[in-house]
Amino acid sequence: MSLLEARGLAIGYRGRRVGGDIDLCVATGEVLCLLGPNGGGKTTLFRTLLGVLPPLAGVVTIAGRPLRDWSRLELARQIGYVPQAHAGLFAFTVEDVALMGRTARMGRFSSPSPQDRAAVGVALARLGIAHLAGRIYTEISGGERQLVLIARALAQEAKMLILDEPTASLDFGNQLRVLGEIERLKRDGIAILMSTHQPEHAFKVADRLALLKTGQIVAQGMARATATPERLAVLYEADVAAVAACLPATRGKP
Amino acid sequence: MRLFFLPDRFVLMAVFTLTALLAAFAFGPYPLSPGDVLRALRAGPWAENDTAVVVWNLRLPRIAAGFLIGAALSAAGAAYQGMFRNPLVSPDILGVSAGAGLGAALAILMGFSLLWVQGLAFCGGLLAVGTVYFVAGLVRRHDPVLVLVLAGVAVGTLFSAGISLAKVLADPSVQLPSITFWLLGGLNAVTTGDLALAAPLVVAGLLPMLLLRWRVNLLSLSDEEAAALGVNVSRLRATLIVCATLMTAAAVAVAGIVGWVGLVVPHAARLLVGPEFSRLLPAVLLLGGGFVIAADTLARSATAIELPLGILTALVGAPVFLVLLARSGRTT
Repeated sequence: MSLLEARGLAIGYRGRRVGGDIDLCVATGEVLCLLGPNGGGKTTLFRTLLGVLPPLAGVVTIAGRPLRDWSRLELARQIGYVPQAHAGLFAFTVEDVALMGRTARMGRFSSPSPQDRAAVGVALARLGIAHLAGRIYTEISGGERQLVLIARALAQEAKMLILDEPTASLDFGNQLRVLGEIERLKRDGIAILMSTHQPEHAFKVADRLALLKTGQIVAQGMARATATPERLAVLYEADVAAVAACLPATRGKP
Repeated sequence: MRLFFLPDRFVLMAVFTLTALLAAFAFGPYPLSPGDVLRALRAGPWAENDTAVVVWNLRLPRIAAGFLIGAALSAAGAAYQGMFRNPLVSPDILGVSAGAGLGAALAILMGFSLLWVQGLAFCGGLLAVGTVYFVAGLVRRHDPVLVLVLAGVAVGTLFSAGISLAKVLADPSVQLPSITFWLLGGLNAVTTGDLALAAPLVVAGLLPMLLLRWRVNLLSLSDEEAAALGVNVSRLRATLIVCATLMTAAAVAVAGIVGWVGLVVPHAARLLVGPEFSRLLPAVLLLGGGFVIAADTLARSATAIELPLGILTALVGAPVFLVLLARSGRTT
């Protein structure tokens, strides 16, 4: 059963439509990758799927229930969100930032318990950044911050994760670590919707791909069948031969 | 290995506040030794000597009021800074103090009771912060941190003009002295009746902050992040605005507009214990109370005539604000 489903979704702000006719679904244990140029409506789509922005038309259902019927707290137990690494405003420790992921698991008037700290310790360790726990979030590198935000979403223990270009600010080693973690989450039965600018990352982890351009899904389907050099060239307004040269060779096929 | 929240930071702050407290009892036109103070406090308010009268009837209400408004303005400042994601705001910069001042001045002008002074101060403060927040939300193309500050300054000026108008309209023999006296900002006219009314209001504003202490942290993230972490952002922010404004209004109704406390103290406290609100809140209460007590002691004992408290807090606050402004481009 699909955990998240969008039918005939139109997205945008009041008086400014960004896109429409969007059909998407993500099932448990499935990775759906969103590929598309900047300004194509990815962020607006994510904001709509998170329930921060009301849809202009169409419906979003989470576990079969319309999005607007979920309370914030209940929804946070279903869907976690990993934004692109941001600078942060106040000098919170890395542990405190990750502990914010536990908010939906605490009482309304509670502070983090030892169990919450333990869960955060596990999440930080999974991403290999346990040693950063006592450091100040605003003083670590952009790549490290991205890993902290992913750890925060892991600590949230949601059934689905929405990740906004999780590998964009990472070095090669950390990109592999994050992609590995995404594959592991998928095996754990977590549904994942992520955006990326790197088709090879999508090929590595995605079950399905959706190509988003000017607010429309122009193609959707199995990863390699969908992201052909021809389609990617149109999507990014690039030269077909140049795109083909950058894509990894198809394994197991002559 | 935690960098912040070494318990000794709290010991340090407690020592500072207790020292300020003892000094406040000791200094003044009728100087007392710390020993006198402690003896008089131990003897109780019924002892029939000059020391007991000075300690219990004159200095204690004033010191209690100093702690109350210092703690209230600082907690409100810390809450505003967190929920507006803006280290440059405070009750006075957001125009809340001026709004509360106008409400209180109108109540005095109409000869209303103390309860109405508090009530209208709260309404004025809420109107000011609501206007600032709404107007700043309309502006999209500028740095949101500065827009909020500028909107606050503009709205604050407007409400201050209203206060001036109230003074012009006031009856010069009875109301004008009362409004002017109170507007100067200071603790010299505080009565136990003021305190008995303001203290419950401050506590009423503080209680939700204490209960929601962890969730307040999440408001310093972007709205969609906080929402995705399980927080009803607009409801939480509205709750905190009401609480912080209630505390500000209670402080303004007691002591007039005492500026800068709500800006400086949260920054000092953040340097000591970090930004996490469940540690920050007790720190700002302690430091804010101690800061205003210390400033008030200086105000009434440094020179032959009593200085307005607001002058001393501005002397500390304005330079700190300028330093923060100069650094804000780099750190945020």
